[in-house]
Amino acid sequence: AAAQSFDLGRPATEAEVAAWDIDIRPDGMGLPEGSGDVWTGEELYVDLCASCHGDFGEARGRWPVLAGGDGTLTDDRPVKTIGSYWPYLSTVWDYVHRAMPFGQAQMLTDDEVYAITAYLLYLNYIVEDDFTLSHENFTEVRLPNEENFFLDDRAEAELAAFSDEVCMTDCKDAVEITARAAVVDVTPDDAAARERREAAAAGADAG
Amino acid sequence: MVHRTTRRGLLKGGLATGAALAAAGGARAEGDPAILELQEWNQFLGEGVDARPYGFPSEFEAHVKRRNVEWLTADPVSSVNFTPLHELDGIITPNGLCFERHHAGIAEIDPAEHRLMINGLVETELVFTMQDLLRFPRENRVYFLECAANSGMEWRGAQLNGCQFTHGMIHNVMYTGVPLRYLLETAGLKTNAKWLLPEGADASGMTRSVPIEKAMDDCLVAFKMNGEALRPEQGYPVRLVVPGWEGNMWVKWLRRIEVGDEPWHHREETSKYTDLLENGTARRFTWEMDAKSVITNPSPQAPILHDKGHTVLTGVAWSGRGTIPRVDVTLDGGKNWHQARMDGPSLSKSMHRFYYEFDWDGSPLLLQSRAHDSTGYVQPTKNELRAFRGENSIYHNNGIQTWYVDEKGIAENVEVS
Repeated sequence: AAAQSFDLGRPATEAEVAAWDIDIRPDGMGLPEGSGDVWTGEELYVDLCASCHGDFGEARGRWPVLAGGDGTLTDDRPVKTIGSYWPYLSTVWDYVHRAMPFGQAQMLTDDEVYAITAYLLYLNYIVEDDFTLSHENFTEVRLPNEENFFLDDRAEAELAAFSDEVCMTDCKDAVEITARAAVVDVTPDDAAARERREAAAAGADAG
Repeated sequence: MVHRTTRRGLLKGGLATGAALAAAGGARAEGDPAILELQEWNQFLGEGVDARPYGFPSEFEAHVKRRNVEWLTADPVSSVNFTPLHELDGIITPNGLCFERHHAGIAEIDPAEHRLMINGLVETELVFTMQDLLRFPRENRVYFLECAANSGMEWRGAQLNGCQFTHGMIHNVMYTGVPLRYLLETAGLKTNAKWLLPEGADASGMTRSVPIEKAMDDCLVAFKMNGEALRPEQGYPVRLVVPGWEGNMWVKWLRRIEVGDEPWHHREETSKYTDLLENGTARRFTWEMDAKSVITNPSPQAPILHDKGHTVLTGVAWSGRGTIPRVDVTLDGGKNWHQARMDGPSLSKSMHRFYYEFDWDGSPLLLQSRAHDSTGYVQPTKNELRAFRGENSIYHNNGIQTWYVDEKGIAENVEVS
């Protein structure tokens, strides 16, 4: 179709774009000038992050685990962290800067984000404790799991198997129940809904 | 069909009080009090037209509501709730029942203060107000929005007892909005424009990378759902609509779209919304939602409460790749299948409604549904999916659901061999 342009909207100013365009890419596009070291990062982390994510990135309660889990991706219960799973350091910088701390997003200065990012690398045994992260050395840091992601291949890997002719009659000899949710028993109850249903059915039956 | 002792009546009498049984017995002797006695609504005046300027459902439908599962997430602010599929019919989800998924709660935005910016690889970086957006040509389209994690708790086996919980991270509404390509063409795409980064105005600053082909094809920037303004929890005043693709990409409270030449690999497409396989590698950019279906009635939250005989089985089916021309259902765990009756509109990337009416003989049932989409794809079993992916993918579980219905009509989420 031919392009359809409409004379609507107005040009964004440089300041407006700068205020909102905060995203970072793996190639470093978007990174602001600045730097921060591991020890500065630790102080910030202890003050602002550890109450949810734990002193060592191990997390409290169900909050996200940030460190550890190396080599667990083929385990029965993988531990997916920055060090064990995330492919790019840019994601750490971008996400901490845009969305953390949870409930007080975008309170961190650029230097503080560099420092916290450096500390998260340290917690994941990716850098030493004297490391300083800056916009200049940022793209030299690679995370361990970068190579283990690949583009969606369902069309090649699965589609043929899931497009077969279907069986309609006498498809199997026996059927056994192999798992039951009632045994697991973790579903919230809703007594009001159950009573409402039963009352409606009883009313109908009374006729 | 009168005055017979039903399974329900016996159950009720046995479980509860003699009074219920006595009342029912009285009804059988003299007739139904619902008919014999003058009802208050038959005699007295009801509320006037000024009582309900924005109406709510009957108080008798108060149990039809979104539910959450506390243990699923650390906190209710970055969390999810579930659409009560077992209480609904047709294909349209009422706005107030559409499931919610937020990452930093519901942003409450004054539309007069809302702006949409387009920046990056465009001829002119632009800012639109809501009033500007309302001056573009509009389209009306019905689409399902399914969370990538819908049924994700079921990868390891039957866990939650009810289709609201196993399949309720989905809704299906009519959107009114502006084709995204109109906005992009107004800004003027540069020749190296290959990817978009839509971004939300909430405190999670939600971002995803979207390929330009999808943006120019069928994405909408929508401001209405089912005829009225978006609900705040669905992105008021404006959200992105990405038909057929995982719900996370439908950025709510849309405030900015950056145009670039490479994807951004942000948190929601690296740490989250990537699908770990058994060998430790992970798929990324698994955007489309594959064909899927579920029987909504009977189901664990909607048992059969009538006697044997005429029984309506119904459910919903959908595919991110097209329409659903056919759904098969089985009553015996997959030994024998029957083609269900499709009813209602058949729209691409929308929910479809199916029915199978049968004569229940009162014996236990193992119910399943199997969707076929317009590309020829057939919904797989959970075990077929696990054979390719293992049990730790979290997302994109479109495996066939089984409900066991016992001789009392009570239904349970199970898996079968």
